[in-house]
Amino acid sequence: MKYHSPKSFEDAAAIAQNADGITRYLAGGTDVLVQLRADVVTPDDLIDIKKIDGVHDITETGDGWTIGVAVSGAEMSEHPALGMEWPGIVEAMDLIGSQQIQGRATLVGNLCNGSPAADSVPALVAAGASVTLTRTGGTRTVAVEDVPTGPGRTSLEKDEVVSAVNIPKQVENGGDAYLRFIPRTEMDIAVVGCGVNLRLDGDTITEARVSLGAVAPTVLLVEEAAKAIIGTTLDGGALEALASAASTACNPIDDKRGTIKFRTHVAGVLAKRAAKIAYDRAKGVK
Amino acid sequence: MSKIHVTTTVNGDETEFLCDPRETLLDVLRDRLSLTGAKEGCGTGDCGACSVTLDGRLVCSCLVLGAEAEGKSIGTVEGIAQGEELDPLQEKFIEYAALQCGICTPGILVATKSLLEKNPDPSETEIRYWLAGNLCRCTGYDKIIRAVMDTAADLRKAS
Amino acid sequence: MSENDVKTNGFKVVGTRPNRPDGTDKVTGRAKFGADMAAPGMLHAAIVRSPHAHAKIIKIDTSKAEALADVKAVMTRADFADGLTGGDWDVLENIMAGEKTLYDGHAVAAVAATSPLAARDAAKLIDVTYEVLPHVTDVDKAMVTDAPIIRAGTADASVPEGLHPNVVRYHESGHGDVEQGFADADLIIEDSFKTEATHQGYIEPHACLAQMGNDGRAELWCCTQGHFNVQKICAKVTGTDASQIRVTASEIGGGFGGKTAVFIEPVALILSRKSNRPVKLVMSRAEVFRATGPTASTSMDIKIGMTKTGKITAGQGVFRLQGGAFPGAPSDLTAMCAFAPYALENVHQVGYDVMSNRPKQAAYRAPGSPMAAFAVESVIDELCNKLGLDPIEVRLMNASKQGTKASFGPKFDRIGLVETLEAAKSHAHYAAPLGEGEGRGISCGFWFNHGGETAVSLALSEDGTAALSVGTPDIGGSRASMCQMAAEELGIPYDKIRTTIADTATLGYNEVSHGSRVTYASGLATIKAARDAVDKLCGRAAAKWGIDRDAVFWEDGCAKPSGPNAGDFDPIPLAQLTARMGATGGPIVGHFEATPEGAGVSFATHIVDAKVDKETGQTSVVRYTVVQDAGKAIHPSYVEGQFQGGAAQGIGWALNEEYIYGEDGRLQNSNFLDYRIPVASDLPMIDTVIVEVPNPGHPYGVRGVGETSICPPLAAIANAVSGAAGVRLTQLPMSPPRILEALDQQASG
Repeated sequence: MKYHSPKSFEDAAAIAQNADGITRYLAGGTDVLVQLRADVVTPDDLIDIKKIDGVHDITETGDGWTIGVAVSGAEMSEHPALGMEWPGIVEAMDLIGSQQIQGRATLVGNLCNGSPAADSVPALVAAGASVTLTRTGGTRTVAVEDVPTGPGRTSLEKDEVVSAVNIPKQVENGGDAYLRFIPRTEMDIAVVGCGVNLRLDGDTITEARVSLGAVAPTVLLVEEAAKAIIGTTLDGGALEALASAASTACNPIDDKRGTIKFRTHVAGVLAKRAAKIAYDRAKGVK
Repeated sequence: MSKIHVTTTVNGDETEFLCDPRETLLDVLRDRLSLTGAKEGCGTGDCGACSVTLDGRLVCSCLVLGAEAEGKSIGTVEGIAQGEELDPLQEKFIEYAALQCGICTPGILVATKSLLEKNPDPSETEIRYWLAGNLCRCTGYDKIIRAVMDTAADLRKAS
Repeated sequence: MSENDVKTNGFKVVGTRPNRPDGTDKVTGRAKFGADMAAPGMLHAAIVRSPHAHAKIIKIDTSKAEALADVKAVMTRADFADGLTGGDWDVLENIMAGEKTLYDGHAVAAVAATSPLAARDAAKLIDVTYEVLPHVTDVDKAMVTDAPIIRAGTADASVPEGLHPNVVRYHESGHGDVEQGFADADLIIEDSFKTEATHQGYIEPHACLAQMGNDGRAELWCCTQGHFNVQKICAKVTGTDASQIRVTASEIGGGFGGKTAVFIEPVALILSRKSNRPVKLVMSRAEVFRATGPTASTSMDIKIGMTKTGKITAGQGVFRLQGGAFPGAPSDLTAMCAFAPYALENVHQVGYDVMSNRPKQAAYRAPGSPMAAFAVESVIDELCNKLGLDPIEVRLMNASKQGTKASFGPKFDRIGLVETLEAAKSHAHYAAPLGEGEGRGISCGFWFNHGGETAVSLALSEDGTAALSVGTPDIGGSRASMCQMAAEELGIPYDKIRTTIADTATLGYNEVSHGSRVTYASGLATIKAARDAVDKLCGRAAAKWGIDRDAVFWEDGCAKPSGPNAGDFDPIPLAQLTARMGATGGPIVGHFEATPEGAGVSFATHIVDAKVDKETGQTSVVRYTVVQDAGKAIHPSYVEGQFQGGAAQGIGWALNEEYIYGEDGRLQNSNFLDYRIPVASDLPMIDTVIVEVPNPGHPYGVRGVGETSICPPLAAIANAVSGAAGVRLTQLPMSPPRILEALDQQASG
């Protein structure tokens, strides 16, 4: 295995482009090093992107936020303003692993690992976040929901590297939330995850995005679930319709972490609970 | 095999080593620097026995490559006591019988130090969640949590 | 020993809470555990393991690995001793497979190289050709007619005709007439229960450092619960004389029974002999899960009859234990513990030890008892619910006492079950109101405890201090309690004694640290060794005074004349006697060697409150109280620690821990991410009540405390969860999907 620490994303992309074997980017390393230790993936080229300028920055732009690819979960939690605006995203990231993992794990690593159970991804999808991809001689922007293509797979080209995560500005009267189900209180991979981001006009929901994790090969953006609550005041009927739409969208597997039946049911439960939190946040209820 | 030369600081001492690109910081600490206080309980970031600080940030040293230590400052359990003076937290762990076998103790001490530096008045729940990544199979955590709470109370009184 | 010989009061050191002697080492990172030792020129080893649950080994090609410059030795089963039989053959076969691999993770070959990475890389180059065979990993499926046979002819004479060859041992016990008992009952409940295999989950993986020459002389450093046992097994499987292998026990990072077995030490010795270099071998966490531990999984049927007033009229149980690819599941112990807390006129129990394609089960804290308690105490709880009776009152009404004929045969000596039930009944926890969605569970638990071969030596120093050598590895603070007991007897301060876990060349044979035996047996031996030393000290004083030995007694660390008739002499402190040892007869060493058999049995009662989220099936343990009879708590903090640790492990077993095998017979969760032991945020504080009903078989009344604490939790939590959920849970772990499924089935009638 060769270890590289390029000084720019272009250089990183060039190393990947010229590599013959297995290539991995090293951001927080909390997935890559686990796979290395467990002999699941031993990269031929490991490209550490933490020495590139600006990758540790959380920047508020006019349109929202840019999160550097090496920003850790702990740094997001400690940021004075990000969590006020996007509590769901920050909490989703904070749910990943222990305090030790939080010291290293990154949004972009969580996304590019390609796990359908990644906690931060449903929250980013609900928020309408995107990533910037850099290759030699250019960049493009892709919606977060379009990055994963299946377990462990992404739509990134061989010569592309994620160079930033872009989170839009939260709208007025907007609120987001993310909840996951795990058997313990900490340290588990999500059995089901659900992100909700919505906007109110008075008591009525005017816009919504609902996402689900760990219930399909990729994180899902569930339009039917959003439709179930748009135009409502999140009354009992709307919540039941939301739960039903969320459960209907599930296409999970039976595995060591949960059954199809369990995941399908709990997706509906979490959707209701997350929507209530997002609704309260949009109302300004602490 | 080509090794990587790394210059780093461990418990305040400037240190150099050569390592394979695949070696973790934990491997380097234990096998190359003979600092065996950090333990490998899992090698996959699930048990916290290898906890160290990296530029002041609590991490699992099994999830950091040795090569990534270049230019960084690392803190391990061996650096907690000041000379022959144990840290109050270390004293309290002994007094409270907050360890049985002691294999998780170095990681828990490093993690707890890091907590108390950020939050001198943690609640029981905050301590439990902060230490959720440090598995202890012997104690049921009860005496550990009590030792941490009492250390924090003493430190607050002293300051 | 009669009960009158038991000292129950007037203690000066015993019962206090001094700092443990290894405390500073363990909080500074200085303590040396299994993987922390290094030797000049040391190699690192790695083991090649079977990816198949059951396969014939056709060929092992080591040539590619051997061709590497970094590789210094490669070994297979062919490098071990020949001609072993019976249990010795089983041990060897588990250390490294011969003709067949019997479970996913079974060792097949090993390599030693110049670095850990080089060894791991070389292991990948060892090419093993397998012929995959049909496998079975479930206990009930392993007993049916067409189940694959793990190894024909393994069953012993206890197994009745007509059972599948995978049933290798059979146990039956009890007394009275259960049919009559059931006829006398007002209510009979019969139910079936299952528990999954769980791992001991010690945080320190198995590790050792070995050096062996072609002359057969060997030095071995390893983390183990019993280094004398390691010595014995290494000698057998390597074909060496035991006395030539000196084993030193490192600090041990948890064991809970799992480090009583031997897996890697002989491999490291042979690699060392072949390479003529020291060899270090450390398991990965995945190897620990795949190839060591776990406890047996079970399938159990229970039938209990009760009168309207709560008298148990009969109890009957069938216990099937899946012990992995070798005989030895504790089905007999499970059966014997099942009804032990209760004085029953009619009781009958049957146990089956069943083989399957899983790793050989290893002892885990009161092996076999927690599962039995889960099944029996669940049925008792259900009977109490249906009859509207208080669960503690019913248990008190039926509790075993001194003189009760135990369900497993003998009469109980002095025991403390009633005292634990009374303490639980009067505890504030039992009267506290339950919150919304919560249920409360009660359970009793029983464990035999054990004595075992024990040798201790206590050498006095010229300066009046003492060096105590024991042969039982300290797995939870026992050096502190040994120092306390020695200090109590010698009459010198606690910190004037140093306790060392002596190597195998220094002491006589010591059985492993298991069976909750250390504070009991090594403690008893320490007290007797100290008394032996005191006897010698008194002899020196007598000689100095020119009086009979019998006219001298020992008090407060001094030799004193026993009365006016003995003469008027000033007391001589220990340090004055030891200062002149050399001139008064030579060094003074007290020692004791025996196999004490008076380990008193132990009972506990646990109270737990659990809350169930009926929408997700998630359980949280809200409040927990352990009440247990310790006989005499030498160091109460470490007694409490044992109580709390057993409860926490039981909580994990009850709610989340399980071995999950796929259809392919491979273990799917060989890491701490998916083998979910309790983390700090999962648990509440765990209250403890130490009951002290002295054990007549120990000079201070000590009973072992390490194991009984894991017997009640499975049932106590199941009873709490069943109460909170409103449906009886009969299968562990009570994971969220299982709880939702039970609620679903109840709803659909």
